[in-house]
Amino acid sequence: MSISVQHISKSFDKVTALKDISFKVKEGELFGLIGPDGAGKTTLFRVLTTLLFADEGTATVADFDVVEDYKSIRNSVGYMPGKFSLYQDLTVEENLTFFATIFGTTIEENYDLIKEIYVQIEPFKDRRAGDLSGGMKQKLALSCALIHKPKVLFLDEPTTGVDPVSRKEFWEMLKRLQKKGITILVSTPYMDEAALCDRIALIQDGEILEIDTPNDIIKTFPKKLYNISANNMYQLIKNLNAYKHQYSVYPFGEFVHYTDQRNDFKKEELINYLKENNLKNITITETAPTIEDVFMELAK
Amino acid sequence: MLPIIFVLPLLQLVILSNAATFEVKNIKFSYLDNDRTSFSRALIDKFEASEYFNVLAHFNSEKEASAAMLKGNIDVILEIPQYFERDLLKEKKTNLSVTINAIDGAAAGVENVYINQIVQSFNKNATSELAMINGVTAIPKTIDSIPSFWYNETLNYKTYMVPGILVLLVTMITLFLSGMNIVREKEIGTLEQINVTPIKKYQFIIGKLFPFWIIGFGLLTIGLILGKVIFDVPMVGSILLIYFYTGIFLLVILGMGFFISNFTETQQQAMFIAWFFVVIFILMSGLFTPIESMPMWAQQLTELNPIKYFVEVMRMVMLKGSSLSDILPQLLKTLAYAIVMNGLAVWSYRKTS
Repeated sequence: MSISVQHISKSFDKVTALKDISFKVKEGELFGLIGPDGAGKTTLFRVLTTLLFADEGTATVADFDVVEDYKSIRNSVGYMPGKFSLYQDLTVEENLTFFATIFGTTIEENYDLIKEIYVQIEPFKDRRAGDLSGGMKQKLALSCALIHKPKVLFLDEPTTGVDPVSRKEFWEMLKRLQKKGITILVSTPYMDEAALCDRIALIQDGEILEIDTPNDIIKTFPKKLYNISANNMYQLIKNLNAYKHQYSVYPFGEFVHYTDQRNDFKKEELINYLKENNLKNITITETAPTIEDVFMELAK
Repeated sequence: MLPIIFVLPLLQLVILSNAATFEVKNIKFSYLDNDRTSFSRALIDKFEASEYFNVLAHFNSEKEASAAMLKGNIDVILEIPQYFERDLLKEKKTNLSVTINAIDGAAAGVENVYINQIVQSFNKNATSELAMINGVTAIPKTIDSIPSFWYNETLNYKTYMVPGILVLLVTMITLFLSGMNIVREKEIGTLEQINVTPIKKYQFIIGKLFPFWIIGFGLLTIGLILGKVIFDVPMVGSILLIYFYTGIFLLVILGMGFFISNFTETQQQAMFIAWFFVVIFILMSGLFTPIESMPMWAQQLTELNPIKYFVEVMRMVMLKGSSLSDILPQLLKTLAYAIVMNGLAVWSYRKTS
């Protein structure tokens, strides 16, 4: 087991950030923690990276205990906090050299590992880290987290605030790193990124709702899901919420994701109901649920 | 940032050393002469001749005089009574009334001393004149004390202020910079990244404080050069000894800054706490008010004031040429302080929360 978390709880004053969390991450796995802001993802990361003591429970990272063997953990993990936390007034190259030196290594020694990422920012190696764009900052932060060839990589919301193209590239990079045998624990509030992980844990209010592969998680969705659209989105949501047989109504892009209480859902009945409410161009089609739908269902 | 760190304090050194003087000059003097005799005129001439007094006005009534004092036009009223000369000649004694504006108590005290000195010297002349008039051969003997001011013969206040102000600047700059530095890393988040690395506590702390240690020496060097070139402050003792002591003193201040850093979350908080201590340290350092004149409890408190020792050592070494054995008590206390402060700082710095 690369990461093993057992019954971890942590409270701050009045807020309970983590409630009895347990899960295991296999070696070389890309494991995603999916949850909204304030779910406790960062707290869990800080416990696992030895920055914070848990109130209860035990955890091991790369077979080291987070409390007793914290020194060994610091040598064998890479951590990329959610907030960009490299030295903004050092240049790209200086930051990388600095972190390499702290870990007692050199850029050359582990260059293969970071090469693919670093070549993209190498043209800007004399630029100060603070002057980089969001995507480039992430690449630099990832390079710095990888420079000592960690066994486990912790990435706390690495793609928050990064443009869609850079996000896609970033996930491709993670996949490549995974192939090199690095265990990756990544957190994200984006449900679409969850599908790219080997396994995911859905987390909300400090509790794990579900742990499984993305496909199996989707299979747990209990109802038939329908895409509904009409000429007036706002009116449509309002009317659907008022509909007596509705089970759940969530806006989803240009559609509304709708589930019905009854098992024998009658499409025409709903169309007529909506027409009575002056909606036009109504379409109702069945659709496959996504992780977001599962999350909304579990969080209900 | 680096030019600011050096230029501003040195500007302060130049301005403060010239401005922060304890001498009271240009005293706004006025008089009320009810006698109008050669004696009373002689007394007023003495005040006019003094460079400390500006004889601004003479009044005809007490009312006028106190009105002018109320407006703040004058600071001192000397009232010469009627029959001043006659009483002095006949009865050999008379009284003078002196009114001093004491809104600034310290200045009023100094003014009183100056006035007394002038009246005394007038008195002496008058006594000898009286003796001549009366044909008395035996002039009463008086005891004169002639002070000689060691280590600062001319009582040049700059000689005395420059080392003190230099101490303040070195302390302030290094305390603020070191106090804010680690908090800044907390604010930016870089500390979190550093904390997950295997870097050792002592390595991190030395790495953080060493640059400020060097900056402290830089400030001291430039300050000493300015003190010599601009103010011609005597440097009797060993410069090397000053550097040696400063090296230890800076450890105290840097440890303190680091300690503050550990207990604050923002630069604002750190700045506030650093200010709190700096103000107390400065005002209780003996630089502006002598420690001997403080109440007993305050005197005992100053034992905990590192700036006090630094000011003492700087003045002792620069003006008096004290050697290592002379400053040993201060040196040992500072060293103990440094060990305690840095011990606390290292102890309170946690890589884990």
